[in-house]
Amino acid sequence: MIETKTLTCVACPKGCEVTIEYEGNEIIEIKGNTCPQGSAYAREEIVAPTRILPTTVIVKAGALPLVPVKTSKAIPLEIIPDAMEIIAKLEIEAPVKMGDVILKNILETGADVVATRNLPVLKA
Amino acid sequence: MHKLEKKLVIIGGGPAGLAAAKTAFDKGITDILILERDFELGGILPQCIHNGFGLHHFKEELTGPEYAQRFINDVAERAIEIKLNTMVLDVKENKKVYAVNKTEGFFEIQAAAVILAMGCRERTAGAIGIPGTRPAGVITAGTAQRYTNIEGYLPGKEVVILGSGDIGLIMARRLKLEGANVKAVCELLPYTGGLTRNVVQCLEDYDIPLLLNHTVTGIKGNGRLKAVEISEVDKNLKPIPDTAKIIKADTLLLSVGLIPENELSKKANVVLDQRTGGPIVNEGRETNIPGIFACGNVLHVHDLVDWVTEEAEIAASWAVKYIKKDFLKETAAIKVKAGQNVSYVIPQKIELQADDRKKIPLYMRVSQPLTAVNINLFADGEKLYSFSEPFAKPGEMISIPLAQKTLAQHENLQEISVEIVEKEGE
Repeated sequence: MIETKTLTCVACPKGCEVTIEYEGNEIIEIKGNTCPQGSAYAREEIVAPTRILPTTVIVKAGALPLVPVKTSKAIPLEIIPDAMEIIAKLEIEAPVKMGDVILKNILETGADVVATRNLPVLKA
Repeated sequence: MHKLEKKLVIIGGGPAGLAAAKTAFDKGITDILILERDFELGGILPQCIHNGFGLHHFKEELTGPEYAQRFINDVAERAIEIKLNTMVLDVKENKKVYAVNKTEGFFEIQAAAVILAMGCRERTAGAIGIPGTRPAGVITAGTAQRYTNIEGYLPGKEVVILGSGDIGLIMARRLKLEGANVKAVCELLPYTGGLTRNVVQCLEDYDIPLLLNHTVTGIKGNGRLKAVEISEVDKNLKPIPDTAKIIKADTLLLSVGLIPENELSKKANVVLDQRTGGPIVNEGRETNIPGIFACGNVLHVHDLVDWVTEEAEIAASWAVKYIKKDFLKETAAIKVKAGQNVSYVIPQKIELQADDRKKIPLYMRVSQPLTAVNINLFADGEKLYSFSEPFAKPGEMISIPLAQKTLAQHENLQEISVEIVEKEGE
């Protein structure tokens, strides 16, 4: 089935409305972009959109109850809800250092879940 | 009373204060004290856990906590003195700073120079006067961000967001990912106040509706919020009565603007600009009070932290020159005027001598979205040069360089003005 989608390009802040016509993973036509980055963006958004996922992980005995984390690289947009489920169940212990790997290779994406700040132990 | 002396006192340990401390130290002033009211450094960045920071300054994409951590590490490496959990109560024109904390009590610091880096705060429900009851569940987007990302509480399950500024958009996605049902983002204006990237990646990715030309016209519920009434607005931004709709919600987030926090500045007789809400400054970010400088969101609200860092570097460089008495001013300042379609320009005046920068960056905001624009600079009405941009949006600050050479070519210059106009025939 041929489908049409209108996307707002984020390659630059101009935000062109790009219309893309496609069937499955096959691109038929891209319209509305004003530069080549626009068509590349639209293509990727249809074929395999990916995002970095920033969220938090529960920390025991830390100065704060949570530590912020992110995926070390962009992961497929469609698996983000599944990744959230997994990360929500994690629990680690303070101290935490920025860059610590909290979970390796989440959902076989090749991306690790890494801490994005230092978090010391809660002082008694 | 306990009395201290410091060459440079920096009020606020967020991105502006941290970058200012680092720059001042590297330029030879090491007797620095950062005063921070929170229990840790970083300002608002630790709760901004999303990515998108640092693309200009570090040329890589970082999250808020990572951006903060880099500067926290820089300040720690330089062993710059910090007092945490310390509230500054007063600042005087003679650069005496009065502060209080649990271990030292009330104390005075005589500074040679002061950098104001207190940031901004959110406009609240009280400031926008929404009709209806006053139940729990109506909070600012930044408060919700703190609950969710720092303290570990989900603020609600059925959420409506008023205002499409970046914090509102970011929180729409964040609450959705944490399991809340985010029903709509309402924006009074016909365009969003946030970055395009955030509209796409926070709303479109998760099919959250953005209702432009809509506002909240009623709050319902006793004890806890039960529902909000939203209405479409006309061209004059007045609600159209027949369009009112009820949305069931237990939480209403407000992302309706940020206000520079200048209570301390006022105590030091710093003169504020009505348009920015922050001090009037020269190109070194010095206020009307000699030796008191300002940078970051206390000066004007920024959309990117990268610009905060750049501005803090400017303020600190000139604070160092001031302390080293390497600081001369012209007898008459050149006024910098915001012309057609420009809501403000920072700095508001140019008056420093021996500026070693080839170009002075002029920060500005356009007052409405425009496409295919010329940014024109004038010296006493004579056109200097112009920059062409494919678009200009109020949510995205514009920085253009003013060449020192140009200033030198014009004697007795009274005024530089900037306008942003759409190119004719396009």
